[in-house]
Amino acid sequence: MANPRFPGNRGPTLRAVGLTLPLVAFIGVTFLAPLAAMLIRSVYDPVVADALPETLATLASWDGERIPDETVFRALADELVAAAEARTVGQVATRLNRVESGLRSVVTRTARRLRDAEIDPEAATPWRNAVVSVADAWEDPGTWRAVRRAGERVTPRHYLNALDLDQGAHDEIVRQPEDLRIYGALLLRTLVVSTSITVLCLLLGYPVAYLIAHAAPTRANLLLLLVLVPFWTSLLVRTTAWIVLLQSRGVVNDLLVTAGILGDEERLQMIYNMTGTIVAMTHVLLPFMVLPLYAVMRTIPTLHMSAAASLGASFGQAFRRIYWPQTLPGVGAGSLLVFILAIGYYITPALVGGRTGQLISNMIAYHMQQSLNWGLAAALGGILLACVVGLYLLYDRLVGVERMRLG
Amino acid sequence: MHVAFCAAVLVFLIAPILVVVPLSFNAEPYFTFTEGMLRLDADAYSLRWYASIVEDEAWLRALVNSLVIGVSATAVATVLGTLAALGLASPAMPGRPLVMGLLISPMVTPVIISAAGFFFFYSSLGLAQTHLGLILAHAALGTPFVVITVTATLAGFDVNLTRAAASLGAGPWRTFRRVQLPLIAPGVLSGALFAFATSFDEVVAVLFMGGIDQRTIPRQMWSGIREQISPAILAVATFLIAFALLLMGVVEWLRRRGSQAD
Repeated sequence: MANPRFPGNRGPTLRAVGLTLPLVAFIGVTFLAPLAAMLIRSVYDPVVADALPETLATLASWDGERIPDETVFRALADELVAAAEARTVGQVATRLNRVESGLRSVVTRTARRLRDAEIDPEAATPWRNAVVSVADAWEDPGTWRAVRRAGERVTPRHYLNALDLDQGAHDEIVRQPEDLRIYGALLLRTLVVSTSITVLCLLLGYPVAYLIAHAAPTRANLLLLLVLVPFWTSLLVRTTAWIVLLQSRGVVNDLLVTAGILGDEERLQMIYNMTGTIVAMTHVLLPFMVLPLYAVMRTIPTLHMSAAASLGASFGQAFRRIYWPQTLPGVGAGSLLVFILAIGYYITPALVGGRTGQLISNMIAYHMQQSLNWGLAAALGGILLACVVGLYLLYDRLVGVERMRLG
Repeated sequence: MHVAFCAAVLVFLIAPILVVVPLSFNAEPYFTFTEGMLRLDADAYSLRWYASIVEDEAWLRALVNSLVIGVSATAVATVLGTLAALGLASPAMPGRPLVMGLLISPMVTPVIISAAGFFFFYSSLGLAQTHLGLILAHAALGTPFVVITVTATLAGFDVNLTRAAASLGAGPWRTFRRVQLPLIAPGVLSGALFAFATSFDEVVAVLFMGGIDQRTIPRQMWSGIREQISPAILAVATFLIAFALLLMGVVEWLRRRGSQAD
């Protein structure tokens, strides 16, 4: 503990830093280094540059318009055959295909056929003839521009793709063709859904927090339990519960059919779509709204409202002028917390969102696990991270992370 | 009207969880109440789904994995988090807001991003598909909870107590163990339980970097829900609800004790 009577004493500072340092180092290695690894992955891809160094070196002086020289074809042939032998040609083909679709088969075919190709030493351009005879795509300057672009170790490509943009023939930035524009719409949808869920949580949570904060202690504790039980219950359990309730042969539909409100053929589709995502996520995130609101409201004396009432204010006036302004720190804290959590949600949309209820996180998971386009996954993660860091700084400005409490 | 609205919201919060419990005793492989269940017919209820998970070795292995990873990660998170909170509580600590923000960051980063990073980084170290990798990842995700709860306990801590101990001749270690630790123990324990609950319910990092040998209970549930959802999932869910109630009970009890001590 610091001793203010001895300001020259550095012991307390050293002790405090010494106590904190192990965790700072631990978080640095186990958490911040992984985040850095992801951000590096979003702009850095050495696969093509490592596999085709000579080709790229000879291409450096190419004008980008005509068919490249014989030396370039020769380097390409050598390096593709070597890559096929090292079994890296598949990775090279995948990368080239992402720059220019259709190149995957061109590259693998060229590598395979060139291994046993007979080179005619008499011809003026034997390597060019051999390569072009496998696939005439090599006579298209666009193919070579794609090779050169895929060979860049540091590339903005993943971020551009994540924003539905691409590089044109002369490195200018162009929009993707209409049928490939998916991420912008998805990001927008994620923001809209997160905002809706935040508003829903506020509308549902505010009256509940008010009720609990100003109830008699025993009753308040009991009501608080009803908020804390979902807060502590496993996320997967709560998502499962919604599947059980909302599926077409589930509890809610059965109730509606039994009550005669719906015919057996008219069962509502409430899950595996956006409705499922919104209902389940609102349920999951509602406690994160109620608890900060409750914490703030508990400190507001009810006397203020009675005083306003005794001075002739209606409930509406008193609420608007006296109560609501005092709860704003809680409203801000709860809303930002819910929004930050919602924008990065993955599990619930993945399980109950079906095809139409997916959010940006689901696309990250898709590129991590299915398409294996890790660069794009990392860039989408980088964009999402930027959004969250921005909101986090806003939260810190408005509420202060140091005042963050649990439950 | 206000009360009716609140009642509806609270039902919305609690009902889905309560519905799961009776359905886990369903004698039929359905996710809805059968007529027999509604008549409270004893034959409509059975323990068959509980029997099926107890007999299933995959669930047993998942439980062991969850416990091994959860307990190890909690131990690391609790020790490091408590030390850091003690350092942060000192007025002599330089750059406190920045350090605090850094230490809280694993809690507010969307887990999909953390998990992607874990995958890239731990793979390059050869720690993907190992228990150690997951323990480190889960420990990182759990530390903010320990830092926050212990910091909150220390905010009400009377510094004069440590001064008194020091003036009576106790060294720093003895002061910590005999004076500080007993007073902050409820906060430490709450933080540890939060950290354990985080690990015990974490599935995205396990999905991205765990192999077949690191399947935990949430990971096993994930497969169960995605592939073939059977009422056996509801039996596991009921077990997890009971476990959540237990954790919540202990944390609330600790909090009451902590606030009484003030």
